[in-house]
Amino acid sequence: MSPAAPERRRTEQDEVTDAIREAATVAPQRGGHPDRAYTPYRSTSLRAPSQPLVVAPASLLEQTAPVFGAKDVRPTDADLTVHSTGEPLGERIVVTGRVLDRDGRPVRHQLVEIWQANASGRYAHDGDRHPAPLDPHFTGGGRCLTDDEGRYRFVTIKPGAYPWRNHHNAWRPAHIHFSLFGTAFTQRLVTQMYFPGDQLFHLDPIFSSVTDEKAQQRLIATYDHDTTVAEWALGYQWDIVLDGPGATPPDPDEV
Amino acid sequence: MTLDPSPSQTVGPFFAFGLPFEGGGDLVPPGTAGAISLHGTVRDGAGAPVPDALLEFWQAGPDGRIPARAGSLARDGRSFTGFARVPTDRSGDYAVRTLRPGPIAGSAEAPHLAVTVFARGLLHHLFTRVYFPNHPEANAADPLLAALPEERAATLMAVPDGWFGGPGYRFDVRMQGPGETVFLDLVGGSS
Ligand SMILES: [Fe+3]
Repeated sequence: MSPAAPERRRTEQDEVTDAIREAATVAPQRGGHPDRAYTPYRSTSLRAPSQPLVVAPASLLEQTAPVFGAKDVRPTDADLTVHSTGEPLGERIVVTGRVLDRDGRPVRHQLVEIWQANASGRYAHDGDRHPAPLDPHFTGGGRCLTDDEGRYRFVTIKPGAYPWRNHHNAWRPAHIHFSLFGTAFTQRLVTQMYFPGDQLFHLDPIFSSVTDEKAQQRLIATYDHDTTVAEWALGYQWDIVLDGPGATPPDPDEV
Repeated sequence: MTLDPSPSQTVGPFFAFGLPFEGGGDLVPPGTAGAISLHGTVRDGAGAPVPDALLEFWQAGPDGRIPARAGSLARDGRSFTGFARVPTDRSGDYAVRTLRPGPIAGSAEAPHLAVTVFARGLLHHLFTRVYFPNHPEANAADPLLAALPEERAATLMAVPDGWFGGPGYRFDVRMQGPGETVFLDLVGGSS
């Protein structure tokens, strides 16, 4: 009789991973957006409305959006590596892509904002308790306006993965937070961009809150060698499609 | 061609150095004639204040015109851009200083502010509206308010209260539970 192999103790991550799998088997989500009440991401339990959303036609106001212009954004805001006197540590990257509406039309001259952790996975935020080093040369916030083709472009540092307190041994895959405006208030989007091939995707309740596999793919940037700048930075492409009823942009009286 | 949308993800807990900006809650400078304070508390399903929420407001001016003016982030102290963004503080409170919106020509809706709520623990932002009690007729004719039970419609109505700088209005956001704010699924478009 051979001795029984020591049984691997079931971890809290195992429970969460099971809950993620379980949630993925329920009805597909509209537009691929996550359900606000998503058990594996524990903080949703008190923050997701319990009443159904009230369907309402967008008002004239909601069919328009704030206008941003050259005076709102400095050209250096799009390069997160030049905000200090020295160079930040980590892998320099270029992240670029187009912002489109659901009809494939470019969202022109609209604001794109990003924020992220540094290469060590630490945010320049008082609340971040991860014992990884801050980088004195990296804050991690950037903004730019899209061009005539709806294109944005940032130069930054590849963010590190970081732990969080959702459950024991919970880690977020590397990601960059994105905030976007369309031509209508209804198109507003805040999301996260991920990097291809991350081993943490399916352990992470936030990434996995998007349960449809095709929709998950829309959150992941593509490595693009043509975007890579020789002897300087690796390049990633990530296109963003804004949901919600669009609008014909109003004639701005000042842009 | 219909493209599939990019899915939403939570704003997370660490947006503070990315999104809030200097003067983000000041749609008008202090001392502006007719300025009001719009303020309140964001609470979760247990009634606890939410210290890591971010609210955005979009509105017409008192003349009912929808601004189409750059400078929402770089406030010049003169232009009314119609856009505000404020994080909640440790007590879950927020405040903006603005002007009451006037009726928009051709709009079926009573004067309102469009509001977006973001927070840690909220995987997809929420839309809501702030209406003002001093447009009783327009409010009575507003298609959304009219379609809601009275106690639900009340969650969208700013409540007059004092402010050291003049008139003030309270607008609390209850994300879940008793008195839950009416959140909107905005479709198509009215004209
Ligand atoms: Fe993050």
